[in-house]
Amino acid sequence: MSEPEVNEALAAAHGLKPEEYARILEICGRVPSFTELGIFSAMWNEHCSYKSSKKWLRTLPTTGPQVICGPGENAGVVDIGDGDALVFKMESHNHPSYIEPYQGAATGVGGILRDVFTMGARPVAAMNALSFGRVDHPKTKRLLAGVVAGIGGYGNAFGVPTVGGELRFHTAYDGNCLVNAFAAGLARADAIFYSAASGVGMPVVYLGAKTGRDGVGGATMASAEFDDTIEEKRPTVQVGDPFTEKRLMEACLELMATGAVISIQDMGAAGLTCSAVEMGDKGGLGIRLDLDLVPVRETGMTAYEMMLSESQERMLMVLRPEKEAEAKAVFDKWDLDFAIVGETIAEDRFLIMHRGEVKADLPLRTLSGSAPEYDRPWVETPKPAPAGPAPALEMDEALRRLLASPNLSSRRWVWEQYDHMVMADTVVRPGADAAVVRVHGKRKALAFTSDVTPRYCFADPFEGGKQAVAEAYRNLCATGALPLAATDNLNFGNPEKPDIMGQFVGCVRGIGAACEALGVPIVSGNVSLYNETDGRAILPTPSIGAVGLLESVERVIRIAPKAGDRMILIGETRGHMGRSVYLAELFGREEGAPPPVDLEAERRAGELVRALGAEGLLSAAHDLGDGGLGLAAAEMALAGGVGVVLASDPSMAMQEWFFGEDQARYLLAVAADDEEAVLDRAEEAGVPARTVGRAGGDRIVLGDRALPLAEARAAHEGALPALMG
Amino acid sequence: MKAAVIVFPGSNCDRDLAVAFRDAFGAAPAMVWHKETALPEGLDVIGVPGGFSFGDYLRCGAIAARSPIMDAVSAFARKGGPVLGICNGFQVLIEAGLLPGALMRNAGLAFVCRDVALKVETASSPFTAEYREGETVTFPVAHHDGNFVADSETLARLEGEGRVAFRYQGSNPNGSMNAIAGILSENRRVLGLMPHPERAADPALGGADGARLFRSLAGAAVS
Repeated sequence: MSEPEVNEALAAAHGLKPEEYARILEICGRVPSFTELGIFSAMWNEHCSYKSSKKWLRTLPTTGPQVICGPGENAGVVDIGDGDALVFKMESHNHPSYIEPYQGAATGVGGILRDVFTMGARPVAAMNALSFGRVDHPKTKRLLAGVVAGIGGYGNAFGVPTVGGELRFHTAYDGNCLVNAFAAGLARADAIFYSAASGVGMPVVYLGAKTGRDGVGGATMASAEFDDTIEEKRPTVQVGDPFTEKRLMEACLELMATGAVISIQDMGAAGLTCSAVEMGDKGGLGIRLDLDLVPVRETGMTAYEMMLSESQERMLMVLRPEKEAEAKAVFDKWDLDFAIVGETIAEDRFLIMHRGEVKADLPLRTLSGSAPEYDRPWVETPKPAPAGPAPALEMDEALRRLLASPNLSSRRWVWEQYDHMVMADTVVRPGADAAVVRVHGKRKALAFTSDVTPRYCFADPFEGGKQAVAEAYRNLCATGALPLAATDNLNFGNPEKPDIMGQFVGCVRGIGAACEALGVPIVSGNVSLYNETDGRAILPTPSIGAVGLLESVERVIRIAPKAGDRMILIGETRGHMGRSVYLAELFGREEGAPPPVDLEAERRAGELVRALGAEGLLSAAHDLGDGGLGLAAAEMALAGGVGVVLASDPSMAMQEWFFGEDQARYLLAVAADDEEAVLDRAEEAGVPARTVGRAGGDRIVLGDRALPLAEARAAHEGALPALMG
Repeated sequence: MKAAVIVFPGSNCDRDLAVAFRDAFGAAPAMVWHKETALPEGLDVIGVPGGFSFGDYLRCGAIAARSPIMDAVSAFARKGGPVLGICNGFQVLIEAGLLPGALMRNAGLAFVCRDVALKVETASSPFTAEYREGETVTFPVAHHDGNFVADSETLARLEGEGRVAFRYQGSNPNGSMNAIAGILSENRRVLGLMPHPERAADPALGGADGARLFRSLAGAAVS
């Protein structure tokens, strides 16, 4: 088969800019082969190289006494005591999910699970942060149904509980949905596996599923904007097989226990290319691959196709040669392919052989280390004009409509399609603040949450970035968990546009400031740029996946109050209406500045709630976010099956008091006998706290208006099924 | 008390079932790989766990039912040994011919994971002796293919012989005939059910109604 002639035009078709192609000519000292050009395009696209974002990602806090491994490996690792470690990461699969929602989302889940078990951890929890276009957009329903089915189809069969996530609708996602998949796994802290190869002449072993032509060029596709040729891109989406992934995980964990594994890297974006280069580069070694030995499921595959295939459920390992027979036996047991496809070499070369020919011969370290890095021009996002006055409504009517709005209604329709209980350790199921999963066989537990408020980020990227971390922190504290660390999945538009780059810079700075102040380092993450269709960008959406630790499951704080409890509001209420859901959902007005985030106040409030929970003084707690006090009270009432009666505040308008979105606030339910102790404790901690009502009856009372619980439930539970029905 | 859990490559509730067996029986069960051809000696009960035995891309449990170990499981059941099949395990037991009927795609065509209320229809089996007939218990379901169907003659026999062990109360999550959630074999020694008692055997997870099913088995082995 004749290969196309390599020139600048072909490089451009691979997404490489003229100056990038010039750099390639310089590195090679000759015109690269077709396979080599493919390898460069795979390594240098935005998705794999982070060339636009690297400069800013370096500014994020990534260290702390709890951090075992920060960004740069397959996933981040934190210490959770007793020799246990938690391995976690979040990653996007936006473009594939828009092209083919079921397989795009399914393989997103597969990819993130692989990142976790590649490091030696058994996945114990998954989450998904989803953003779709407006509900009446013709594509939204099909995309949402397909994505949810795909996530469930993969995670349920694999056997990891999907315990939480987010779902939002906004017209900015009409042409570009977001699917961010999170996974976390447990390992022993002294048995974490890394990607750096070591030792010369060690066998490079290919494991898992066979290589096909699916996904060739996927990472390059994920680094481009969309236009109306999108249907032509369907062949770049991979097809997932959770059954193979499950066997691959079991086989890898079994193999790791034998001591045979020197290093391991999963084949994700740009498959064999990225994984082999990564292992060689980190170990300061070269790699020779013989493609004739790669298990394939199609005939006549070229070196180019094999190096760029994104077939799923594949791994690359460097093994101890003396353990080869033992390793092969494990993979035979699980009926998986196992093939020695190359070896580590001393020279700095990435040498690809196929049918007796040299298909690529590149300096490995330069290939990996000299990926372009850009300091993209950016402009600061202008401060928005102040919000106009928020019109008054009857509070029961406002609450009923908010509960039934697409963005605030119950997500039960989604999470009932996910097995959220497999592994029998799910202590707090989806639908609360953070999900809580017990560490198997132990008393301690982990809390997981995923948060961001894109409409805040759009109006003020810095405050929005802070708020995403602060809300994640609050959700963890509301369960009683100590926030440990976070992973960030940064979804933005085209970074070559200075205003978009400005959104990115602002959000990263805000995230950094909040992580610093709240002691929550970023230990892993992923950047997804070019989320635009026909020149229209998504809202800046930096999803934050955060994890926390509870010493004992008995101390978990839930959101359901009991009749007779006093409702105590923690934090300061100013009635901030800018960018509120009250304005956006009820009046279609997205205006004003988002609520400012006082990080010191967040920390104090969070510490207070955790301390109260640890002392057993709380009947329930809930964080205040979208929809403020009124929505939090309603969600607590619905969870507890008991009414909540809240008084109004004469110093501000009803809608400001009940639906303002001031930050650093929680609503607590406290037994009447403990009310005074809780208020005293808050005063000592310097945290504003006041009793605002009580739990009881069968209505949600907001000042002078009441919504019967049954009506609230019908509104809240009915909306999404009606939409999808 | 000696128990075994059969492990297929795509089983994913094998550990959960092993924990429930261990808590009820005081000893960890043997985990038996599907490629084995013989069971450990002196077993008191076999569990076939939930999951996606062989990916279940076509008919759930069909490949698993033809695994090497299944001949030994069938022989154990024919001799009156208690066999418990949960969710995918129920599908496997039907495909293996140890229980009648078929499990079709849920009526709603979507995977469903939620707590369901179940009526205990019979206390006369080694699995349900610790329940009161007619009482309501709560177990979670988590499946895509739990819609039990059978021809009218089979259905009449199941009902007539009191072999419906559990029935959905209130909402039926999968559209099964007669709201059937679990059935017994003719000799009442094989139970297949879609809901997961092993996920409702620990109060920390929100309910412990399922623990009594495992205690029933422990009691049956003693007597």
